[in-house]
Amino acid sequence: MILACENLSIQRAGKRVLENVSCGFLPGDITAICGPNGAGKSTLLSALGNLIAPETGEVRLSDKPLPEIHPLTRARNIGYLPQSGEIGWDVSVANLVALGRLPHRDAGIAEIRQASGACGLDALQSRPVSTLSGGEKARALLARVLAGTPQWILADEPLAALDIAHQLSLLEVLKGEAESGCGVVLVLHDLGLAMNHADRVLVLRDGKLIADGAPEEALSPENIAKGWGVNARWLGEPGQRALITDV
Amino acid sequence: MTRATITFAVLLALAVPLSLLAGRVWIDPATTPNAALILAELRLPRAVLALIVGAGLGAAGAAMQGYLRNPLADPGLFGIAPGAALGAVIALYIGATSGLVLPAFALAGAGGAMALLSLIAGRTSNPAHGIALFTLAGMMIASLAGALTALAISLAPNAFAMSSIVTWLMGALTDRSWDDVMMAAPLTLAGILVLWRAGRSLDALTLGEEAARSLGVNPRWLMAMMVLGTGLTVGTGVAVAGIIGFVGLIVPHLVRPLTDKRPSSLIVPSAMAGALLVLVADVVCRILPLVTELRLGIALSLIGAPFFLWLLLRMRRGLT
Repeated sequence: MILACENLSIQRAGKRVLENVSCGFLPGDITAICGPNGAGKSTLLSALGNLIAPETGEVRLSDKPLPEIHPLTRARNIGYLPQSGEIGWDVSVANLVALGRLPHRDAGIAEIRQASGACGLDALQSRPVSTLSGGEKARALLARVLAGTPQWILADEPLAALDIAHQLSLLEVLKGEAESGCGVVLVLHDLGLAMNHADRVLVLRDGKLIADGAPEEALSPENIAKGWGVNARWLGEPGQRALITDV
Repeated sequence: MTRATITFAVLLALAVPLSLLAGRVWIDPATTPNAALILAELRLPRAVLALIVGAGLGAAGAAMQGYLRNPLADPGLFGIAPGAALGAVIALYIGATSGLVLPAFALAGAGGAMALLSLIAGRTSNPAHGIALFTLAGMMIASLAGALTALAISLAPNAFAMSSIVTWLMGALTDRSWDDVMMAAPLTLAGILVLWRAGRSLDALTLGEEAARSLGVNPRWLMAMMVLGTGLTVGTGVAVAGIIGFVGLIVPHLVRPLTDKRPSSLIVPSAMAGALLVLVADVVCRILPLVTELRLGIALSLIGAPFFLWLLLRMRRGLT
């Protein structure tokens, strides 16, 4: 099952935020979408989840245009984790995670238990979400997506506002999902995390795709200069890179 | 059956028989003359109507708060109650008050408000703006209907029409018959059913509009369900009882601590609690030794406002 977009252009409030973006995603890969603020990263992710209608072009899942797929079938296949982290009512962790089963119209006890376990929520099941720390809340929201057992996980800045330990624990969960065949697409601001943990990186700037490839190649110092206008270089070995910027 | 449904079922089982006996004259079925007739033709339809109106308002309030993800939301926000009131006021203005004509006018008013609301808010191309536009459109319809109602009062042809409009607006269940019950029951039940069906989508909205759509929720369908459900429940409530405030706002707050806080698990218990609240308030109206019977709308605000303040104080203590 392949997720791909072709010649995607999107306008928001009269401004072109995505221009002619074509890219495909592979199951089993962690793909990071990087780029400066306002580059169109979240818009691309929303379009991949069919949450925003493109002006031209289309997104296809297994060669079928997304709008032609029944919303519930689409929801079972594509899990979307928004950046907002909004939880409107003070439900328990168990009930929050269970929301992930809505598209399946079943109780999904085994899936919910598995997702909760993977995100380390076993001890927090009955806790109201208002009593969770930021890290626990992020894990609970990710577990909500995993409970739907999607083939694709689209997550918008899932690691922002988390400390380094929580970032790594969440990444471990996502890597586990990718290893079991799930396609993971993340919007990431932290280039170090993208460099060391993604299988592939897309770089957007002003709505255009300026790089697409393995992290070492897509996040080369030249591309960082082109994308962010910052002179930077990588230190360390592959997989343990650290970014140094010239101030 | 959840804790909340069981609690309110027990309370209703106690309150309904008591309410039939309570009134300006307390009925002792064994000794009061014509007890059976009074119960069957006066008190029972009135009690049933109180239950229906309250259930509709409670369910609409719960669904509305879930839809707007705001505990301050009230079914009145959508402009459906003011629209229904305007319909009824027009009936009173032109003197068409016989039988079910007035409720029919009120239902037409509610339908008009619903149609206007769908027409304005249903056309947004960006679903992300849907709920905000919807609420603003509802508030504007409410204020327009309110202004037209005030206009009708100020232009009333005579003092009698003016007083009957003002009195009607205060809400009451006096002198209602089985005809009113027959009209209100199916419409309100259908409305509650529609809102209950929307429960799953309302649960998804807990995560925000975008996440809800990613879970397969169709925002247009949900909006239509909300307009239809609140239109049927609130519109019918206003048609048979006038403006009854507070129930839709207060009841979900009362019920929420007894549930798991998911919007879907709030709708049925809120219907039951709303039924209980309106029934009790109507009994209070009947037994208070006043020269003329206290109007139900006033009684509910008199009970509701201090109770809500008490609830707020208790919540504040819980927070500190």
